[in-house]
Amino acid sequence: MKFIRIAGLYIFIASVVVFSATVFMGTYTLSEASIKGSFGGKDVRVTETFAAVAKENGVLDKTYNSQFTFMNDVVGLFHKHNKRVSEAVAEETGISTSETDKIIVAASKSGKVAYTKEVLQSVLPEAKVKMLDGATNWMYSPGKTYDSVDAFKNDLTNKINEINRSQAGNYLLYDNKYSRFDITERAATGIISDNKVLFLFLTFGLGIIGSLMFIIAGLFLKPIPGIKNNGIYLNNATNRGWVGIAAFGFLVAFYVLLYFHPYIIANWTNIVDPLKGFFIEGASASQWFLYGILYCVSMIVMGIRMFIKYRHNQYQVVRTASVLFFQIIFAFLLVEILPLFDLPGVDLKNAWPLDYNFLTDWNVKNYLAAGHLGKFMFFWGIILSIIIVPTLVYFYGKRWYCSWVCGCGGLAETLGDPYRQLSDKRLIAWRIERWTIYPTLIFAIIMTVVVGYNTYNIINDPANIGNSTFLGINAYKINEWYGFLIGSIFAGVIGTGFYPILGNRSWCRFGCPLAAYMGIVQRFKSRFRITTNGGQCISCGNCSTYCEQGIDVRSYAQKGQNIVRSSCVGCGICSAVCPRGVLKLENGPDDGATRHEIPEVILGNDVNLFEMLEENK
Amino acid sequence: MEHIVIIGNGISGVTAARHIRKLSDKRITIISAETEYFFSRTALMYVYMGHMKIEHTQPYENWFWRKNRIELKKGFVKQVKDASKELVFASGETMKYDKLIIATGSKPNKFGWPGQDLDGVMGMYHKQDLENLEKYAPNNKVCKRAVIVGGGLIGIELAEMLQSRDIPVTFLVRETSFWNGVLPAGESAMINEHIKEHHIDLRLGVNLQEIKADEHGKVKSIIIKETGEEIECTVVGLTAGVSPNIDFLKDSNIELGRGVKVNRRLETNVKDIYAIGDCAEQHEAIGNRRPIEAVWYTGRMMGETLAQTICGNPRDYNPGHWFNSAKFLDIEYQTYGWVFGERGRPAYEQHFHWKHPDKHICITVAFHKETKEFLGINTFGIRMRHHAFDKWLNEKRSVEYVLEHLADANFDPEFYKLHEKTIVAQFNQENNTNIQLKKKSWKRIFSY
Repeated sequence: MKFIRIAGLYIFIASVVVFSATVFMGTYTLSEASIKGSFGGKDVRVTETFAAVAKENGVLDKTYNSQFTFMNDVVGLFHKHNKRVSEAVAEETGISTSETDKIIVAASKSGKVAYTKEVLQSVLPEAKVKMLDGATNWMYSPGKTYDSVDAFKNDLTNKINEINRSQAGNYLLYDNKYSRFDITERAATGIISDNKVLFLFLTFGLGIIGSLMFIIAGLFLKPIPGIKNNGIYLNNATNRGWVGIAAFGFLVAFYVLLYFHPYIIANWTNIVDPLKGFFIEGASASQWFLYGILYCVSMIVMGIRMFIKYRHNQYQVVRTASVLFFQIIFAFLLVEILPLFDLPGVDLKNAWPLDYNFLTDWNVKNYLAAGHLGKFMFFWGIILSIIIVPTLVYFYGKRWYCSWVCGCGGLAETLGDPYRQLSDKRLIAWRIERWTIYPTLIFAIIMTVVVGYNTYNIINDPANIGNSTFLGINAYKINEWYGFLIGSIFAGVIGTGFYPILGNRSWCRFGCPLAAYMGIVQRFKSRFRITTNGGQCISCGNCSTYCEQGIDVRSYAQKGQNIVRSSCVGCGICSAVCPRGVLKLENGPDDGATRHEIPEVILGNDVNLFEMLEENK
Repeated sequence: MEHIVIIGNGISGVTAARHIRKLSDKRITIISAETEYFFSRTALMYVYMGHMKIEHTQPYENWFWRKNRIELKKGFVKQVKDASKELVFASGETMKYDKLIIATGSKPNKFGWPGQDLDGVMGMYHKQDLENLEKYAPNNKVCKRAVIVGGGLIGIELAEMLQSRDIPVTFLVRETSFWNGVLPAGESAMINEHIKEHHIDLRLGVNLQEIKADEHGKVKSIIIKETGEEIECTVVGLTAGVSPNIDFLKDSNIELGRGVKVNRRLETNVKDIYAIGDCAEQHEAIGNRRPIEAVWYTGRMMGETLAQTICGNPRDYNPGHWFNSAKFLDIEYQTYGWVFGERGRPAYEQHFHWKHPDKHICITVAFHKETKEFLGINTFGIRMRHHAFDKWLNEKRSVEYVLEHLADANFDPEFYKLHEKTIVAQFNQENNTNIQLKKKSWKRIFSY
């Protein structure tokens, strides 16, 4: 059994090495077919122009050994492509440079500007006159005069550029992470693209087999159920030692690549293509599909570890089964399956404000475009956030979401469980927590109001598209910033990447706006509390040490006080690790004081002392 | 301002200091030779086991003491001069006090075994013992085997500690069954079984003859008295109980027995000197309690009580109903009220014992043979609600009443299998009663 455990560890390490190595393996070749694959959704003009530009620059069918040199050249192609497309479009349907010059000449007489519709008619064909006049007739409206030709020229070229851009818009290729990823993923050739199934086995397959061998052998090596925290603070992996630091580096790098430079990890998405094929035959996996697979695999494997580690504790078993169910069915399978039925591929359990894109225009449009069921799903999202969430928090505490349903919580409770003890328990950490989580909630609310107002305008009148500012804030900008700062950096890079440093719940504790919202309900109006068992506490500190939310549970238990804290996610581990049976998560009637009063004298001491204290009150 | 000096920064001394601070503005100083800051002694084992670091065992952050104006002094008091109200430290320093609280706790018993002071022989009580253990038993390569002498709560904890690092353990227990001076036979037998299940070499009914040294003065082996068997080992843990740590008071005017003699007010025979916690010895035992109670909870209660006295509300130490808890490897144990083992059990005390057919779960309920008054309960592997039993004991409820409301007392985590039904059914069968188990009621629970 010891051998199996060690063999499992080595197999797992091998799978991680292969997985990391695949980033640097294979070649990249831009072919006509791969261009079609990448931009197949766009007009044929795009693929043709791009292929032509690629050919002229010697990039087409050239084989690159790394995605970085490949991308260097591709970025150049984007710019050249865009230039060519814009110019061609301007000639055909927009206003070309020569036409612009002609207008300026015709409109300026001896240094004065005399711009009218007739000027346009003298230079341009009828269709173009109509288009340009519509956009510029304000320039010759009464009361509008130009002191200099330059000022006129400036206004005119701006407007013309705007028109040309919108004419060419459909044919442009923006140099952003999405197009970079699309093109790299399809251009990948060589060993990995040719052996996707093999590499799927060598990475995910071996990883799963190795870790399960390691975990399940542990069951036979330590067959007696009970708390198994031996050696956690003596182990490099769980005590911020070098293994922990290495895991931290790996996780942070993964999130940075996933969120900001997905083209670099295009090979990883190719490896999971065969799995994507189960949903849509021959489809190519996106980085989000890759992430979904990794998420589910990590949760299932580490969930099995939880089932084994806490097999004596029914609460942990049921709770772990619940998070696995919601992750696999709701966050993964339904998201993949719903689009097959022309419904929005959304995670139906993801409640606002954790789901910060709920009211963005594209999301709402998706719902509304999907018929009655789509409308119902939109309605469900609203009901979930404003009625179901607080109601269930009232009855069961926020644990019903945070440690039973939530995806972030699910990952934290499975993959993150080995790191739970690393959360900071100091009072200062609690102070910082309150200064980060509530402002994030406020940020989320402001963002949602601005974005929601914009969406309302657009849905009401699609012509409103240009006016996206409310309260002086641009809806798209604030949404983008929120997504970058909170959605990517805080929730992803810090929230998960820092597991081995800050513990497994730093996002849930310091950032999650939904946790903040539910926490307020839990603190002030809920039946949930962690009951302290009279005078039984021996202040050993296991509860505080293993609280992933950094709550100093002991400071309550040793006073005989029940624990009512907004941040408690009800994972139940404090109760599990308590050696004296002191803590119990309970939902009971909320009559104020009984939920969290501090007894003057801890139970077990002189009954008369109680009475005296009562009299003194 | 009156200066309260407390010798000892364990749970008793620290509780007294905290409560004095709550009630008054007096100057407070806590002296300790062991550590700078208060830590939970009961958690030392978890540091060796790697569950926690030593700082996790400190219930208060380091700023707490200054914020609450509790002065901490590291030093060893070697003499108490009560006439001049002065302490003399080993370093030669002195400190004046107005009121002195002695809360120096215990030290491990040594019964004059040959070799008891060799390198590699240790108790498991002080932080220094932990450091010693880390030195002599860092892993199973350095420490090939450890022998533990004395089958009490510390002994089994030490066994669990060593076992966490895969160090083979031989456990010498004087009694014929583990802790059967306290536990009824069925429970004691279950713990024996559990110890063996953990591959701990449990030897019952044996005593230590001597500890043998190698040429470097280190432990080499031990000899068992009854059989003469020699067991090779690297470490010997002496866990045959503790006794009050009061050697430094021998030359003072304070009356000593095994501990510092105190009255119900926790006052010693010398004015303005008090003793609390493990080192205090009552002139007469309170109820069924022992004159010296070396238990976390009683130390805390004495601290609470004495703080009242010192702050002008003189109170007797008048503990409520007995309760205690422990963990035997993976089995949690709680007790409320009195349940006696074979030894010292009053004639009127009748037991009802229920054990799960295959798990390490059992309870023993003690009640009065004639009056059927509920006397106490031992629970193993089931958590029970302290408030419920405290109230039932106050109200002198009958055993039938307790069993009828047993569901209220369950304190296991949610989704655990409940055993109250089978417990009540077995009681009914054995006692020809017809108790109907009531459903758990929040209303009643809040009234406890």
